[in-house]
Amino acid sequence: MSFPWAQTYKPTNPLMVWVDEKLPLPRFVYNAVGAGYPVPRNLNYAWNFGVLAGFCLMIQIVTGVVLAMHYASNAGMAFDSVEHIMRDVNYGWMLRYAHSNGASAFFAVVYIHIFRGFFYGSYKPPREMIWLLGVVIFLLMMATAFMGYVLPWGQMSFWGAQVITGLFSAFPLVGTAIHTWLLGGFAPGDAALNRFFSLHFLLPFVILGVVILHIWSLHIPGSSNPTGVEVKSESDTVPFHPYYTAKDGFGLGVFLILYCAVVFFAPNQFGHPDNYIVANPMQTPAHIVPEWYFWPFYAILRAFTQDFFIIPAKLMGVLAMFSSILVWFFLPWLDRSPVRSGNYRPLHRKFFWVLVADVAVLGYCGGAPAREPYVMISQIAAIYYFLHFLVILPLVSSLEKPEPLPFSITESVLGTDDYTARDLHAAPGLHASPAA
Amino acid sequence: MIRIISILAGVFFTFALLISFSKGAYSYVSEPPAATAANVYHKEPKELELASNGPFGKFDRQQVQRGFQVYTEVCSNCHMLHQVAFRDLKTLGYNDDEVKAIAAKLKIPHYDAKTGEVKTVSGMPTDHFPPVVYGGQGSPPDLSLITKAREGGPAYVYSLLTGYEKQSGDMLAKFPDAKTPDGLYYNPYFANLNIAMPPPLTSDGQVTYKDGTKPTVDQMARDVAAFLVWTAEPKLENRHQAGFAVLGFLIFATILAYMAYQNVWAGKKH
Repeated sequence: MSFPWAQTYKPTNPLMVWVDEKLPLPRFVYNAVGAGYPVPRNLNYAWNFGVLAGFCLMIQIVTGVVLAMHYASNAGMAFDSVEHIMRDVNYGWMLRYAHSNGASAFFAVVYIHIFRGFFYGSYKPPREMIWLLGVVIFLLMMATAFMGYVLPWGQMSFWGAQVITGLFSAFPLVGTAIHTWLLGGFAPGDAALNRFFSLHFLLPFVILGVVILHIWSLHIPGSSNPTGVEVKSESDTVPFHPYYTAKDGFGLGVFLILYCAVVFFAPNQFGHPDNYIVANPMQTPAHIVPEWYFWPFYAILRAFTQDFFIIPAKLMGVLAMFSSILVWFFLPWLDRSPVRSGNYRPLHRKFFWVLVADVAVLGYCGGAPAREPYVMISQIAAIYYFLHFLVILPLVSSLEKPEPLPFSITESVLGTDDYTARDLHAAPGLHASPAA
Repeated sequence: MIRIISILAGVFFTFALLISFSKGAYSYVSEPPAATAANVYHKEPKELELASNGPFGKFDRQQVQRGFQVYTEVCSNCHMLHQVAFRDLKTLGYNDDEVKAIAAKLKIPHYDAKTGEVKTVSGMPTDHFPPVVYGGQGSPPDLSLITKAREGGPAYVYSLLTGYEKQSGDMLAKFPDAKTPDGLYYNPYFANLNIAMPPPLTSDGQVTYKDGTKPTVDQMARDVAAFLVWTAEPKLENRHQAGFAVLGFLIFATILAYMAYQNVWAGKKH
């Protein structure tokens, strides 16, 4: 967002002046993340997670590219090549554990980032595009992580691939054809493994492209903030550098401590022991479960146990699982409240926390065996999940009485605002009228 | 308009879930799932304290060498150690000559590039432990990764090896179908209670330790579990060392980053 008070890039060093005339990349960086990008002064730590997510993507790409130098994607060699990496490649164990735990870290960070969006209404106008691109990034992440997990060709790799690719055969008429086409065969095998490796290498760069669009579309309106009141004047903002480079640097340090504690001291904590057994199509594991970050969706998939009129249970589960993410696309249009932030929406806030608990319950059930009482619990939790987005949110947004908003960010931080002109037309965007 | 569709979609999923829920709840209440012998009599692994446990874990090389001896004399008759190369044994304290001797004792199938035949030759340090031909019941798993491939890790392996017992009359009375079939052996630490592996460690003194430690069944089981932790995770010590260095640096750097953050924001109310 080019706020009028944004600092301008003025290079003094003759070399930098020369570069600026030929290729204004330093100017671009200055305006994107430097002193040339004003950001609300009141951002809390929930706003750190976007940068952390970008950092996780970098970790995954760097470790992944180096791992790919040593990995063999042939079904007869894949498992052994991963063990070769763990034992013989210099620091191969570090790369492997960094990559497998990096995926967990990436999802943890992205879930917090998404829930920040749910709470603070980050998806509301004028930021709908950022939100839509974000959901696209999440779907790409899920595809990438699923295919990546297949690559070591362990028991869970194979059987997880069997279950999830099997879902495609649920679609009527075209299902089986799609299933065989995707796999390159009738079951996961060498053909599937090779193409998953190719796509797993490709998709992170697609994610990178969408992340660039995501950040670009963010920089049009500028960042939102915990009050949900748009920026009105210079006193509402601080330049991104050094204020948020410093804060993000500290946040990054805390994140890295937690991440490295896991990588170096508990690297198999989030994995499943069965994936250290070579894939055996003749032997089904006792419980087939994906990695923890897929558990809520897995619970929704398995919650549908009965056919629904003409729709078989398997297809219902697949439709519900995809719908549970697709509803997020519609959030900007489902939630009609003129107030952005959950800080000023008491009823919405309460339902937000119920949603958090609900997703946690779904997650727990997704990792549990497909037996009672877990199936019944996941059915209730799935009911709440769909009701939350499809029924509760639209109704609450129309019917709730929000708390009065502060006039500006400056007012919420300093208590009074003597800086901003009381001219409502100065800054467009959602805000309540000042108390008058 | 969007809201009408969304409420209908919400009702659609809710209705489908309620049908599934009520059918499930009804069958749960009318015919509760029966307890199986495995649920009731399966035991969680016993506690096993190894030098490699915990963030400060290191290998007790004496113990791991004893475990290697147990593997060689007892387990290698049926179980492979495919991921481990003979040269890896150097990190356990064996010198070059000892490693060559260990390798030479075993016959490794080698592909002869000139004739195209597979011949069996004496092993070299660069070879991996050889495949094991096993003709009995069941399929003995490769042991290289067994402590990472089982819930409970080394504690599970130790409990399994020392856990063989007779089925209790109590259990047979309640679950007559759970009587151990012929050819299987009862072991409550095994998930399905009846395992195809006969008790491998049957008596004290089965192996004579070179360092003079008393080879009780319990001791041998502990030692082989420690050895199998090493085969699964030979880089454990490197990992811990690197971890302390990395975390030490990160904690220091984060403290500095925090101080920089406070410095930048000093005086700026937020």
